[in-house]
Amino acid sequence: MSESKPGWRELPKGAVSTKSSKDYMTGDWGIEKPDFDRDRCTKCMLCHFYCPEGAIHVREDGYTDVDLKHCKGCGVCAEECPVKCITMVRKK
Amino acid sequence: MTEQKLVGMNGDEAAAFAAKQVNPDVVAAYPITPQTIIVERFSEYVADGEVDTEFVAVESEHSALTTCVGAAAAGARAFTATAANGLALMWEITYIASGMRLPIVMTVVNRALSGPLNIHSDHGDSMGVRDSGWIQIYCENSQEVYDASLEAWKIGEHADVLLPVMICLDGFTLSHTMENVMVLPDDAVKEYVGEREFITVEGHMGETELRLNPEVPLSMGPVDLQDYYFEHKVQQVKAMEHALKVIPEVDAEYEKMTGRHYGFMNPYRMDDAEVALIGLGSTMGTVRFVIDQLREEGVKAGMISLRIYRPFPVETLLEYLADVPVVGVLDKAVSFGAPGGPLYEDVKTTFYDQEKKPLIANYVHGLGGRDASPKLLKGIYEDLLKIRKKGEVTTMVNYTGVRE
Repeated sequence: MSESKPGWRELPKGAVSTKSSKDYMTGDWGIEKPDFDRDRCTKCMLCHFYCPEGAIHVREDGYTDVDLKHCKGCGVCAEECPVKCITMVRKK
Repeated sequence: MTEQKLVGMNGDEAAAFAAKQVNPDVVAAYPITPQTIIVERFSEYVADGEVDTEFVAVESEHSALTTCVGAAAAGARAFTATAANGLALMWEITYIASGMRLPIVMTVVNRALSGPLNIHSDHGDSMGVRDSGWIQIYCENSQEVYDASLEAWKIGEHADVLLPVMICLDGFTLSHTMENVMVLPDDAVKEYVGEREFITVEGHMGETELRLNPEVPLSMGPVDLQDYYFEHKVQQVKAMEHALKVIPEVDAEYEKMTGRHYGFMNPYRMDDAEVALIGLGSTMGTVRFVIDQLREEGVKAGMISLRIYRPFPVETLLEYLADVPVVGVLDKAVSFGAPGGPLYEDVKTTFYDQEKKPLIANYVHGLGGRDASPKLLKGIYEDLLKIRKKGEVTTMVNYTGVRE
């Protein structure tokens, strides 16, 4: 709340979002983050599809990776991984 | 002035006919007595190809208003109608419509809320949503219903307002009673209401019109916490204040076309009035009749038929009532546990800080459709005269016309 925010005169009507959801850094909500064991990963991409935040993307090489600026650490990816190659670990 | 036609219509038909002439993009509604005639008539217009409207026959009133919210957010003109428990079921969505600044128009045919079950008229339903951020217009007769049903779009869609509008008419007394109504030709209405216009907002993808458009996406009404909600609510407060400026403008334009204008309230024989009643809806038609009788007997009686209840026209009310010695406030709703009826509280608050103010008493009447007869209203004026003589109000809130 320390940043200066616009007042009612300035804000657009209709309570529309002035920022994209990408601009909300939800990564700092989380306690844990996914840790991928790529030796066992089959590149099935289910974690990418299941991630409710869209924080898991698919890399050029076919493996998935996490965007820690947006990952809330919910653990859905680890739960859904069919080969259990994702472990939730404490964020530093 | 535009040439008009005199037709016989009840209040519901007047609302449906006006909606037909406006030709809204979407109508979503669910039948409920005494509103059913509106959606029945309107669905006939749809079936007969007289309108281009997408008619959505929904499974509940909650869905009816939700459909209107979606349609209006997408840029459509959306209309619905309901009554009593139907409005109660919509309650959640009434706040969403106003919070997202969607100028939906809804006819509320006032009916007593259950329980016990009652289908007749009182204002408990619309008074229950008086804080939901909708403009509320109360009608005294079917002509007012027709006129308000056209003006509503111009008021709600005004760039400085952007609020949903509720047109309230008394169940059966107005909704099912045939009256003379002057109507405009279709093309005059079409020109009057024009096309819905949109303001520009700065969304997350840049500047765009305030409506859902896949080319420039907008998120409307998402989570809004401690840091923004308050600002958005104050914007709604300001929109209501703006409506007080916009309503007379819209009304003046309507008068040029029809010769009829209403303002916030209709005074009757108020110039030298010593005792006056203020109230909402069809009761006020009977009050007019009673005033004429009392005047013949030498009683200086007058009345204010309040048309615009939200936003509450404080300044105009002060002008009309400050010099009147005794004012009776007619409430057709009860606010359980409150100091008085909702209109009474508003009128009293209006005068609290004034040096010059009338003695004010509250008369709750007509609950569940109990008849507001000339005899009953005359009795209220007699009570006001007693207060005048005594110089004080002994009973603040009176339940008039109830058996003891």
